[in-house]
Amino acid sequence: MQYGSRGFRAGKWYCPMRHDNKVKIFSLSIIWLWLALFALLPFGLIAVASFLSHDQTNLLSLPLTFQNYTTLRNTIYLTIFEQSFYLAGLCTLICLILGYPFAYFIAQCEKRLKWLLLLLTIIPFWTSSLIRTYSMITLLKAKGVINSILCWLGIIHQPLPILFSDVAVMIGLVYNLLPFMIFPLITNIERLDHRLVDAARDLGANRLTTFSKIILPLTLPGILSGCILVFLPAMTIFYIPDLLGGSKAMLLGNLIQNQFLVAQNWPLGSAISIVFMLVLVCLLLIYWRSTRGKAKRTLA
Amino acid sequence: MTTNVLELRDVSKTIHGQDILRHLNLEIRHGEFLTLLGSSGCGKTTLLRLISGFEEPTTGAIYINGKDACGLPPHLRHVHTVFQSYALFPHMTVWENVAFGLRCQKRPKDEIQQRVADTLKIVKLEKFASRKPQKLSGGQQQRVAIARAVINQPLVLLLDEPLSSLDYHLRKTMQIELKQLQRKLGITFIFVTHDQEEALSMSDRVVVMHEGNIEQVGTPRQVYEEPANLSVASFIGEVNIFDATVVDHQEKNTTVDIQGKRYTVKSKISLRLNQKIHVLVRPEDLVVWDQNEVTDSTNMFAGIVEEVIYKGTTVDLIVRLSDKQLITATKFFNEDDDKLEYVIGDAVWVTWLSGWEMVLPHET
Repeated sequence: MQYGSRGFRAGKWYCPMRHDNKVKIFSLSIIWLWLALFALLPFGLIAVASFLSHDQTNLLSLPLTFQNYTTLRNTIYLTIFEQSFYLAGLCTLICLILGYPFAYFIAQCEKRLKWLLLLLTIIPFWTSSLIRTYSMITLLKAKGVINSILCWLGIIHQPLPILFSDVAVMIGLVYNLLPFMIFPLITNIERLDHRLVDAARDLGANRLTTFSKIILPLTLPGILSGCILVFLPAMTIFYIPDLLGGSKAMLLGNLIQNQFLVAQNWPLGSAISIVFMLVLVCLLLIYWRSTRGKAKRTLA
Repeated sequence: MTTNVLELRDVSKTIHGQDILRHLNLEIRHGEFLTLLGSSGCGKTTLLRLISGFEEPTTGAIYINGKDACGLPPHLRHVHTVFQSYALFPHMTVWENVAFGLRCQKRPKDEIQQRVADTLKIVKLEKFASRKPQKLSGGQQQRVAIARAVINQPLVLLLDEPLSSLDYHLRKTMQIELKQLQRKLGITFIFVTHDQEEALSMSDRVVVMHEGNIEQVGTPRQVYEEPANLSVASFIGEVNIFDATVVDHQEKNTTVDIQGKRYTVKSKISLRLNQKIHVLVRPEDLVVWDQNEVTDSTNMFAGIVEEVIYKGTTVDLIVRLSDKQLITATKFFNEDDDKLEYVIGDAVWVTWLSGWEMVLPHET
């Protein structure tokens, strides 16, 4: 049953540790050590680096400064931020619109068909994402597969300039990130108690009302986690805009990569990373507040 | 203009080549409390889904208020269901759950406020309006489910084993509440259950179903005292079945032969000489005598007590007759009964008052 699942999950996680205590301490400390070494420490380094300056000879140098952050107020950077949010948001929206009906359909399928469809969704992702993005170039380029077919069918007379455009970047992003939307949705929709849908129909709700008042609110957790899983990588996958967007599309991921590897301006790159991270933390806080707040919501 | 709120005409349902329902004909009157009674798998729930519109009959037609409901989707039928699991919307408060139907009809806000408040009052849940369903007890959830369905004033309310998940005492209370609610609202209730006691105590009429067929339709008294066949008789209450042969037949009195003894029975069905019949006697109609209490045993069966089951208000005796047949007799604690205490192994005489038996044609 949908309601009560929280308690059940809590019950599942609750296991009395008696003789397992050593195993518990061991496995927990490994994870903590790992996170401290490879997540917390680099984050600390970046945080420190974002307040340092740089010159011709040193990547990082004293004195401490706010210069890097004030530089970010420049409209160039603000535009890139804006552009990144716009593209990642659009990508998330497209993934949601494409993924939701698909996930809903799969979740309703009988077990064997469901596994087959899930497998078909996963198989492409056994190949490296980079290779698949390269192969996408052959599909999208001027004399590529798509343009050739369209020309041959007589729909267009000269090749469409798809490659090295925002459209190409969007196709690449959606293609790469769609499964991250689909999987949380499927697990959530599977848990949806179909009797609730029947009950809504029985009480006089048409299909649209049933969807908007029952199905959508009950699958909202899946939608939100899917959106987060798509939105975050969409902002930072730098090789897709690089390969498919040419030099035109500059996203946050590319900006950070450029600052570190091309411009060799590590302090500025660090500052961008920190600001970006703060924005994401804010978004997550909003998400957390919205799900928490709903539980407390009282009679309107 | 018909007085039937619902009519089934030759309704059959086949799922995956299996006959779930076979040629059902049934007329349900306005404002009655009708129970569909049958063991699980007899097609009761399928019949409800046909009436509510979630499934379409394979053949035949369903008329709601005189109109053919064929092809009408669930949300356009003026029929609501109280689901076995209640199916309350977990993301809505009690108030929002109850208001759901009215909101779907886009009623004005103050009307919704008023009607939800009234309905919550009827089911005694006004204090719980802002709670979420999962914070309520089973009985309270049950009441929300009923309130949510009756607020739309449906022509027919379908209740799919709504009491089965409640404990014994709560079930008893809810049975009375449901019956009172139905009288107060005047809505036709179609109540599904596999509990014969529930069916008998609540209904105006009982429909006994067995393997997709309607075996009998009648008042609780009719189906209990005049069962149409052996399956109805043995499903509703306990019954002892004796094989008998007609040896003499005069007007209303028929003499039959049961295990070599002559009995006079009253039969409502027409019988022929030498016809094989079943004589059915309810356990509470059997009279058990200790062997030394009896002087004339011509019309009695000899037996040995095999089991004594104490039930508080009654005692059930399981007696093995001389021809090895096991029968059950229920004894009440009557003051005028000489012997109340029986022990296993007691030799007894068993009989019943002539006319308290039921006679059915022989079935194999």
